[in-house]
Amino acid sequence: MWKDFLSELRSKELVLSMCLFAFLVLIIFSFAFGTGLKSFKGIIPGILWVAFIFSGLLGLNRSFGVERDKGTLPGLLLCPVSPWEIFLAKMIGTLIFTVIMEIFTLLVFTILYNQNFLPFLLPLGLVILLGTLGFSIIGTIFSAMSSTTSTRDVMLSILVFPIYVPVIIAAVKATGLILDGTSIQTVYAWLKILVAFDLVFLLLAYLTFGFIMEE
Amino acid sequence: MAESHKQEYIIEARGLVKKFGFKTALRQVDLFLKKGDCLALFGPNGAGKTTLIQTMCSLMRPTAGKVVIAGFDTRYDSAALHQFIGVIAHDTFLYSDLTAAENLVFYGRMYNVSRLNEKIENLINLVGLSAYAHDQVQTFSRGMKQRLSVARAIIHDPAILFLDEPYTGLDQQGIEDLKQLLMKFRDQGKTIILTSHNLSRGLELCNRAAILNAGVLIYQEDIAKIKKDDFKQIYLKLTGEKTWPAQAPLPASSKNSRRSCGKISYPS
Repeated sequence: MWKDFLSELRSKELVLSMCLFAFLVLIIFSFAFGTGLKSFKGIIPGILWVAFIFSGLLGLNRSFGVERDKGTLPGLLLCPVSPWEIFLAKMIGTLIFTVIMEIFTLLVFTILYNQNFLPFLLPLGLVILLGTLGFSIIGTIFSAMSSTTSTRDVMLSILVFPIYVPVIIAAVKATGLILDGTSIQTVYAWLKILVAFDLVFLLLAYLTFGFIMEE
Repeated sequence: MAESHKQEYIIEARGLVKKFGFKTALRQVDLFLKKGDCLALFGPNGAGKTTLIQTMCSLMRPTAGKVVIAGFDTRYDSAALHQFIGVIAHDTFLYSDLTAAENLVFYGRMYNVSRLNEKIENLINLVGLSAYAHDQVQTFSRGMKQRLSVARAIIHDPAILFLDEPYTGLDQQGIEDLKQLLMKFRDQGKTIILTSHNLSRGLELCNRAAILNAGVLIYQEDIAKIKKDDFKQIYLKLTGEKTWPAQAPLPASSKNSRRSCGKISYPS
């Protein structure tokens, strides 16, 4: 993980491109819907999560893709660590890079749409973290799987989105409820779905990642 | 090291088969090496040399058969096994955004190497890159990368070295330096498997030679005994070369081989 951060610090390719993409998504939505729309508040969670997911995909593509492209993956696999440890390092790296992009996105959203997230920061942060964790877990699994294919970028989107749908629904619903000022008890049901999803896919990664990395 | 490491062979490959779809890359390969053996593996392009190396060092799972190295089955104990092997291949496994020293720090930490800074300094001196220790690898020539790759492969002082065309991209000085380094490893008693197209370099370094063709290990013998056999004819026939390379030590030069292992018996 250390070398991923050092590498990113030098090249600034990943976080910069993710943030730029998120910024463009927000700009496009602001032109498409305008901010004066009465029902605008209802679509805020959707806009946010679309920006998060599409920008996050850029990061996923690089997770294992870069290792394959640079021919460093065998070197990593030859180290005396289990595939599970490699998975955890890559997943946490993806999670941190994505969270940085999400913080940037929230700041830009605040400026562009004049939306104050400060009163909801803690519950909103929890939902975003759980949703992003699920995204990072699934994304890392499929990034490793698709990195051998020539159509890696397309394959990753095709593989990740259908499986990620339950998280998107839960995260968007929970975000909407939080922004509406609903009590945390109402949000709790959606949070449980997010936690369950994260745990199930973490377990799945633990059981299968060794086989995925083999060839 | 596992208890079974005390056994006779440090590397045992039995009935190795590797298939890629309908293509069979390795066909029933049996290979047994004792501790300190140094094997030169020759063969034409596409013979399966790289596949054999990758299967033996657990980067590929064999379709059939098994490899046991230092008592560890590569199918089940690969993480533990990796502490005992070092691999130099076509790819250098180096991160181009990082400096030479940072690459070694990364791999040293992964292998949990003690007194890492001191070790890195020694290794960088050993491979002749002390002036470039803090330069990013992307500024290196192919030869410099290959030198650093050698340092990377031996940072954890492995007992077994897999060298897949290690001389690729090196200039004459680099080749000579690497040759001396590998001879030093050989004399330290490390077990080495080297693939090469260059007969002279392979035969100079090793005490055993083998030829792989179309995934079949068609020949293996002590270099000291090659004179009696048809190694030269087999090799020339396979590679299509008309003459034996001038620099290659002909069988009579078996003085280069460190020792003879005597008659090799292969377990059934």
